[in-house]
Amino acid sequence: MSKYKKRFDGRKFDETRPIEAEAGVIKKADGSARFKIGNTVAYAAVYGPRELFPRNQHDPKKGKLRCNYSMMAFSGTGERIRPGPNRRAKEISMVTEKALLPVVDLSDYPNAVVDVFIELPETDAGSRCAGICAASIALADAGIIMKDMVASVSMGNIDGQLVLDLDYAEEAFEDGDVADIPIAMIPSTGELTLLQMDGFISPKDLKKAIELVKKPMEKIAEIQRKAVQNRYKVK
Amino acid sequence: MSKLLVKNKEIIVPGQVVAEGMDYLPSFGTYRLKDKILANRLGVVMIDGKVIKAIPLAGRYKPRRNDTIIGRVIDILMSGWRVETNSPYSAVLPLQDASFDYIKKGTDLTKYFGLDDYVVAKITNVTSQNLVDISTKGPGLRKLSGGRILYVNTHKVPRIIGKQGSMVSMIKDTTGCKITVGQNGIVWIQGEPAMEIIAVEVIKKIEDESHIPGLTDNIKAFLEKKTGKKVVISKPVENSEGNSYSESAERPAPKPFVRPAHKPFVKPAPKPFTKPASKPVQKTQVKGDKK
Repeated sequence: MSKYKKRFDGRKFDETRPIEAEAGVIKKADGSARFKIGNTVAYAAVYGPRELFPRNQHDPKKGKLRCNYSMMAFSGTGERIRPGPNRRAKEISMVTEKALLPVVDLSDYPNAVVDVFIELPETDAGSRCAGICAASIALADAGIIMKDMVASVSMGNIDGQLVLDLDYAEEAFEDGDVADIPIAMIPSTGELTLLQMDGFISPKDLKKAIELVKKPMEKIAEIQRKAVQNRYKVK
Repeated sequence: MSKLLVKNKEIIVPGQVVAEGMDYLPSFGTYRLKDKILANRLGVVMIDGKVIKAIPLAGRYKPRRNDTIIGRVIDILMSGWRVETNSPYSAVLPLQDASFDYIKKGTDLTKYFGLDDYVVAKITNVTSQNLVDISTKGPGLRKLSGGRILYVNTHKVPRIIGKQGSMVSMIKDTTGCKITVGQNGIVWIQGEPAMEIIAVEVIKKIEDESHIPGLTDNIKAFLEKKTGKKVVISKPVENSEGNSYSESAERPAPKPFVRPAHKPFVKPAPKPFTKPASKPVQKTQVKGDKK
């Protein structure tokens, strides 16, 4: 029996934190978005397709997607986070790019680049998932051809109990094993574009977790689409 | 049984299911996934009988042949100019397409276009790798001097121009400004400073509100309020100055290239040798043969 019987913030085990999403928050960018899940806030700005420099990175077959993930200095729990590309930020930038690439179609833009900048002013676990959600809203807002949104949320296993969307307090649970599994999915096809893990989980539970996450993913994708549509709503 | 899940002219976003069943056909901006039709870009859905397509709302300009654009000279090359086009690809203006006069080799090219000059140009060619060639030879194509430059969303350019240039000529007539709109979303405005500002405001308003019904009336009311003049919607003048391309407010989709049927090369039969004595008579004979 799991020692984690009730969630710290009173949510159900298959309930995400409250989500807010908005498109077009950065006026100068070609596309932008804010995605808030609980206390984790991600901003994404998309620039391009635009000319790619340095020229040795040119791909004459299709355009390039370039992501940049960054936590702001004050975004953690009080410790100053050293800004800039550290090992962790570089890795997350890379996985974000790989999570988004399967949906975007840049074959019309050889030798060009689409830049995605993700900034997190406030984090409370699940920041790469929030970043991916914000980035895919921003890409859609920028008019990039993409076959679907990429929805993303983390799944967890706290002492044998499967839990959706961990916050920091749950990630730091000490009375048992904790697994934190950020997942990104293309809702229309059910394909996973991101699957990482930190902690311990049995293969059976992992399969169950992936099955359980499908429904909330669709809900998140719906929120993402609404965010883009709302920008053009007639007041 | 097929079912349509959106109303005509609704805004659709990537991944949204637009229709179910096999009776509808996906066109630009939509695609088929199993028995559903999904959107693959942000746009306004247009349902034309069975065909579902999306008119894009956002996105960068992509160079297209025969577009009239406004560009900025960013570099001077050996035999031409490099022009920035508000798109991912810069264009080359070759020497022979720059001016009707003969430009001798070794001439100082800044005499024609200097760095940071804005030019109205027409795209003559775009390759598969999006290398762009432009020309400034033609009616309305020229170097711009004075005035101000405004960047707008390129998908809103047809709204700014209006049907047969009705919107832009309404702004021109009321503010007395000269306005040139490039398909790439760069707008040039020149006139009285106070009027220039009003023209800028109006164009920004069109850009923001183009998806709201009753655009022309809203803009007319706004112009009347701002200038205090009565706005008469005049009949568009054909080929009005600097706006000769505005008739094509809605750009038609490019015609697909159809390769002509292959004709085997047939060696022409050798002409019978005739004496070159009676030249004029022979010429007509040869022509007759060809027919």
